[in-house]
Amino acid sequence: MKILILGAGQVGSTVAESLVNEANDITVVDTDAEKLHQLQDRFDLRTLTGNAGHPSVLEQAGIADTDMLLAVTQSDEVNMVACKLAASLYNTPTRIARIRSADFLARPEVFSKENFCVDFSICPEQILTDYIVKLIEFPEALQVQKFSQGKASLVAVRAFQGGPLVGRPLSFLRTNMPQIDTRVAAIFRKHGPLIPEGTTVIEEGDEIFFIAATDNIRSVLKEMRRMDKPSKRVMIVGGGNIGLRLAKALEHDYQVKLIEYNKKSCQKLAGQLTSTLVLNGDGTDEKLLHQEHIGEVDVFCALTNDDENNIMSALLAKQGGAGKVIALINRSAYVDLLQGGKIDIALSPAHVTIGSLLAYVRQGDVAAVHSLRRGAAEVLELVVHGDRQSSRVVGRRIDEIDLPRGATIGAIVRGEDVIMGHHDLVIEAEDHVIVFVIDKVMVRKVEKLFQVKIGFF
Amino acid sequence: MHRALTVIHVLGLMLVVFSVTYVVPLAASWIYDDGTLSDFLMAMVWTSAIGFLMWLLTRRYKGELSVRHGYLLVVAMWTAMPAVATLPLLLVINGLSFTDAYFETMSGLTTTGATVLVGLDYLPPAINVWRCELQWLGGMGIIVLAVAILPLLGVGGRQLFKAETPGPMKDTALTPRIAETARNLWLVYLTITLACIAALKWAGMNWLDAVCHAFSAMGLGGFSTHDASIGYFNSPLIELVMIVFMLFAVVNFSTHFLVWRSKSLKVYLRDSEAVASLGLILASCAGIALFLRWQDVYSNYWVALRYASFNVVSIATSSGYASVDYSRWPIFAPLWMMFLTAIAASSGSTGGGIKMVRTLVLVKQAGREFLRLLHPAAINPMKIGGQVVPNNIAFAVLGFIFLYFMTVVTLTFILLISGMDFISAFTAVLASINNCGPGLGKVGPASTYAGLTDFQTWVCTTAMLVGRLEIFTVLILFTPQFWRR
Repeated sequence: MKILILGAGQVGSTVAESLVNEANDITVVDTDAEKLHQLQDRFDLRTLTGNAGHPSVLEQAGIADTDMLLAVTQSDEVNMVACKLAASLYNTPTRIARIRSADFLARPEVFSKENFCVDFSICPEQILTDYIVKLIEFPEALQVQKFSQGKASLVAVRAFQGGPLVGRPLSFLRTNMPQIDTRVAAIFRKHGPLIPEGTTVIEEGDEIFFIAATDNIRSVLKEMRRMDKPSKRVMIVGGGNIGLRLAKALEHDYQVKLIEYNKKSCQKLAGQLTSTLVLNGDGTDEKLLHQEHIGEVDVFCALTNDDENNIMSALLAKQGGAGKVIALINRSAYVDLLQGGKIDIALSPAHVTIGSLLAYVRQGDVAAVHSLRRGAAEVLELVVHGDRQSSRVVGRRIDEIDLPRGATIGAIVRGEDVIMGHHDLVIEAEDHVIVFVIDKVMVRKVEKLFQVKIGFF
Repeated sequence: MHRALTVIHVLGLMLVVFSVTYVVPLAASWIYDDGTLSDFLMAMVWTSAIGFLMWLLTRRYKGELSVRHGYLLVVAMWTAMPAVATLPLLLVINGLSFTDAYFETMSGLTTTGATVLVGLDYLPPAINVWRCELQWLGGMGIIVLAVAILPLLGVGGRQLFKAETPGPMKDTALTPRIAETARNLWLVYLTITLACIAALKWAGMNWLDAVCHAFSAMGLGGFSTHDASIGYFNSPLIELVMIVFMLFAVVNFSTHFLVWRSKSLKVYLRDSEAVASLGLILASCAGIALFLRWQDVYSNYWVALRYASFNVVSIATSSGYASVDYSRWPIFAPLWMMFLTAIAASSGSTGGGIKMVRTLVLVKQAGREFLRLLHPAAINPMKIGGQVVPNNIAFAVLGFIFLYFMTVVTLTFILLISGMDFISAFTAVLASINNCGPGLGKVGPASTYAGLTDFQTWVCTTAMLVGRLEIFTVLILFTPQFWRR
């Protein structure tokens, strides 16, 4: 596929990175030649320096035969104009824009065919915020991903002493809570992934991915570990875009304290937030943390722009007695280093947000893609079409489907129902199938398998 | 001196415009044929003649008005207009001294409602209409009227509005042009007044009473055509109508305008000042009714509620009507009412006193101090209705409260020196500075200010002026810096 990416910032370069790895032709446009240079050094792609909102630049970038436009520059307005140009002048089939301002998002008609022609708008900050909100709502989980408008969820949890399932085979789950249907999609032990079987014994420290109807998450979590008491007090460090959104989302249900270094930003934040307590200070200042009773905090989120600061303040918070600490870390090397150590959750913004973009890039009808384990594994929500003749999936039992080893069907969503992927379930057309892929290399194969054969139309 | 002459030039023009308002009492005099037609005509001619002369003699000093001119002009108007407005009173009422007449018209134009006249029922109708009209004009501020009309005459007036419209948030303009804003507010005011006249007529008043009471109610003044005030009618329905319209008038007229324009009542809920003000007043009604029932002043809660509601609303909104002699109630109730009158009115309404928004600022400031002690690092800007109030406004409010407090104390002491008893002196000053009207004791709802000596009358007149013009506006003229170039 030929893809044109506008903007080589944080989002643009991560998207470029994952898409290049999937064998697409990528062109990246940005005004900053230096950034483009770095990208070109690392990956096999084309770059162009120029203003992404100008037709001449787009033309030079080869928009005429581009299959998909990803407008992810810093500016909402440039992104919208680029989409409009692509649609009216060059007939680009798919146009995706990053839109941050809630003002635009509140008026979806702005994006319609008659206006700015944005097919899909994404807001990485919002995705990240939603993700963290889920983590605070389920403090035991490492990750919660939603499928089919939230009907089904994939939850990652670390098994701890005290959970009834720990030290027992998976089949025990069935006998212990017969009324709740869930399916363990994968287990990651120290060295790598295990393919779960009924006889697999859960060990302490295992990272378990299971799929369940969203309402059942809590009961399943209980099997894996002792439940914490629900979170009440949240402390956020960093009042940037994400910190502000998170505080806004949480302040009605939680006691939120927000620490921001810049005094002017503090004034602004306090003006926009209602019940959040805005504190002016350094998140790595242990005196401030103690003064604000860090020991009583249930969830601590370090969300500044600076990786090192986030790591340090998260470590300090953990040492000071905070319940669960989350740190936002951009550099993937750091993420691997820290996850599972003293910091409970090391969040890589790129990996959290990339999924929503990948869904549009993938072949076949992909409703959602979520990156797991920092991009090593992936879970896809695929919509199946066709019939027994044209599809290799429809009308077959799950154990008849020729899935590559390491890919498992976790569940399907049929209309309003969430059905677990037991081996005798027969797939029907228009089902949403949630497939868990342990290794990203197999994603292509899985997509092919679910595609309708040529001749269907 | 140059500055003063420029102001006199504009003032002259204003007086000419002001003389047009004699049309209403002239009409009343003609309809009721009370024999005051010639007196009012004379007053009208004299007013316009004085105004014209002032304008003519100072026309060389015509110039752009600066903010300093604005302060001077506002104070000049609020002293000059009551002075010329005394003309018909002096001509018609025999034996009325200028001191008393000036007190009466000042009480009218500042929408205070305190009176020195006894035997209101026997006054010519035109005089009563004139008194009440003064309150109506004063209510919205003759300035807003002037601002709406003067631009047509080619006089700029934004500075006036800044000095005149009450309350700390003066910069919240509703429409891009000041004249447009004033005209809109004026229209809202007029509409509600017409509705009030109709409602009062429907509730059982005659046309004269309906018009007079609607005028004084919308201005939150409190002048009545009867010595017994609203108690004369002894009608729960009339009291209810008055309560409703007084509560209307105690809300910021900009809010009314926004409600009108957006056709949504939700706007009222977004005005946190209106919510606080109305909530406090209504809660006080219910509470005082309970208190009166508990003290056995009334044998039935509903009777207690009726009298409590009317009198509490009347005093809290700084109107000053009475339906019973509430000064005989146990002292808690009337004192609480005097307290409400100091704080309950909204800015941008016709009420007087500190204004609710300043009270909110104070309360929030106290809250901020507590928070600062608990969380020294906290950044906690003051917010009212979701809007951040800059620190300098908070300081200005603190300064205002201090001046207000000092003015009350000083004037009370002056009245005490003049030989008044404490309760009368204190409440007379409170009632005057808050533009409420009746106090307690010698100046209670059952009596008038007629018993005061000339000196005491002038003290109260000053208090009314200072309170109406929000203290700073008047006192700034007494600072040497003001007169420096």
